[in-house]
Amino acid sequence: MAVTAQQEKAPPSQAEALYQAQLRKERLFRTHVGASWGVLFLILIFLFSGQEIKLGPIQYQTIQLDSEFILKKLGFIAQGLGQTLLISALSIAVAMTLALLAALGRLSTFPPIYAVSTFYVSLIRGTPLYLQIFFFFLALPQLGINLSGVVAGVTALGLNYGAYMSETFRAGLSSVGKGQREAAMALGMTPGQTMKRIVLPQALRFAIPPMGNDFISMTKDSALVSATGFVHELMWRAVKVGRAQFNNLEALIMAAMFYWMLTLILTYFQGKLEARLARGDR
Amino acid sequence: MDWVIEARELTKTYTMGEIEVRALRGVSFNVKRGEVIAIMGPSGSGKSTMMNTIGCLDRPTSGEYILDGESVAQMNDDQLAGVRNRKIGFVFQSFNLLSRLTALGNVELPLRYAGLTHGRRERAQKALEAVGLADRVHHRPYELSGGQQQRVAVARALVNNPAIIMADEPTGNLDSKVGKEIMNLLLSLNKDFGATLVIVTHDQKIAEQAQRVIRLKDGELDYIEEGKGGAE
Ligand SMILES: Nc1ncnc2c1ncn2[C@@H]1O[C@H](COP(=O)(O)OP(=O)(O)OP(=O)(O)O)[C@@H](O)[C@H]1O
Ligand SMILES: [Mg+2]
Repeated sequence: MAVTAQQEKAPPSQAEALYQAQLRKERLFRTHVGASWGVLFLILIFLFSGQEIKLGPIQYQTIQLDSEFILKKLGFIAQGLGQTLLISALSIAVAMTLALLAALGRLSTFPPIYAVSTFYVSLIRGTPLYLQIFFFFLALPQLGINLSGVVAGVTALGLNYGAYMSETFRAGLSSVGKGQREAAMALGMTPGQTMKRIVLPQALRFAIPPMGNDFISMTKDSALVSATGFVHELMWRAVKVGRAQFNNLEALIMAAMFYWMLTLILTYFQGKLEARLARGDR
Repeated sequence: MDWVIEARELTKTYTMGEIEVRALRGVSFNVKRGEVIAIMGPSGSGKSTMMNTIGCLDRPTSGEYILDGESVAQMNDDQLAGVRNRKIGFVFQSFNLLSRLTALGNVELPLRYAGLTHGRRERAQKALEAVGLADRVHHRPYELSGGQQQRVAVARALVNNPAIIMADEPTGNLDSKVGKEIMNLLLSLNKDFGATLVIVTHDQKIAEQAQRVIRLKDGELDYIEEGKGGAE
């Protein structure tokens, strides 16, 4: 007991001092990165300011934007945010379902199921997303299936991301150790129960962070469905007003800003989620 | 003779794409009720495959297998799960506890799958006390030492009063002192409750405590050795 009392009064240990120094260093680093981001952002704004730079004989004109147009049409483009988010959310839900089925199919020892799952993944990953989106607008009506723009877009995006995300699920499934399966079987669970109650929950948890990244990519890839002209999301709106008033650049830059903002916000929440999962783990 | 295990010409072939691994190539033997059996053999000789097959974790590719009077070959997944739950207790080398459950939860689960509705918690608690873990019941596996995790596994294996306890290198991941404690625990289950004990091991000292040692080699039965251990 006497020893502990002495230790309490003693100056901070070397380990503690090192830890504090490390913390200070990290804080300083973050401050500097933040400041640099600010500078880079200012440079970006300057590039679009329409200013003229004179450096001796060299004259340079930065990009000139029509600010009146921007202010007038900001609202119109912003209305697309909801559609973009809606399409992304629906598509990711479809994708997750398909990805799970495809990943489970890959585990099947029944040849037709294994074949369907690998065929699907191969076909989708072997063709461009842009093409797949058009396919749904052009081919399905010939079969007498007329999907609304949103439904067709969601189907195409969902199918596409499902194929890629099946790999994430596969990794998740294989991350669950053989020991967990054996434990479940040893308790008297059937193979089906083992999959449903033990393996899948652990695999899903493993797959959540990468799925967050996929969702963020999805918000941007959803822009491709605008090409069909039926879904009035961010990109479609930007193209429409830009074309109508010959202000394409302004409109696209506004859309870009919205996508970026969306990505920043989603990345922030993604980070929170990941930290939380990491804390609850083990 | 009162056999708990009658294995006839068991084979097990794993197919991985083009490659076929013949892990068991026709193994026959019997195990008496209340016997202590050790399975030995070089790495890759099929010991774990053997244990998984007679433990009904996996089906044999061919052969006949009668466990406690019931033929296993024609059983479906549900029936096999039931047999594992009622008749067999497992102890694995890497403990194999469910990582999201406490010690008590892990021990209680077999009782739930056995369809018990009352007194599960109390029985699980008693089993944990029996293996000397009364003060660790609410710990998760990662909060326990290897030896303690293996004790939980033993408690899980015995909680349903199974006829057979199967242990695949139960001391393989433990130091010799803790390994000895686990072995003594398993042997006492045999002595005190008459449980049949099948132990896969690389350790000659452990094998000496068995009544018979089954030696496997390249998926075949090499020879059976009469040991000196066990309660005669
Ligand atoms: N799930 C599986 N798929 C394919 N091959 C397997 C599988 N399990 C085991 N094998 C193969 O079967 C053979 C026997 O393996 P087994 O695990 O039964 O050996 P073992 O005697 O337990 O070895 P060890 O002492 O190293 O644990 C090995 O060649 C192994 O590679
Ligand atoms: Mg083995």
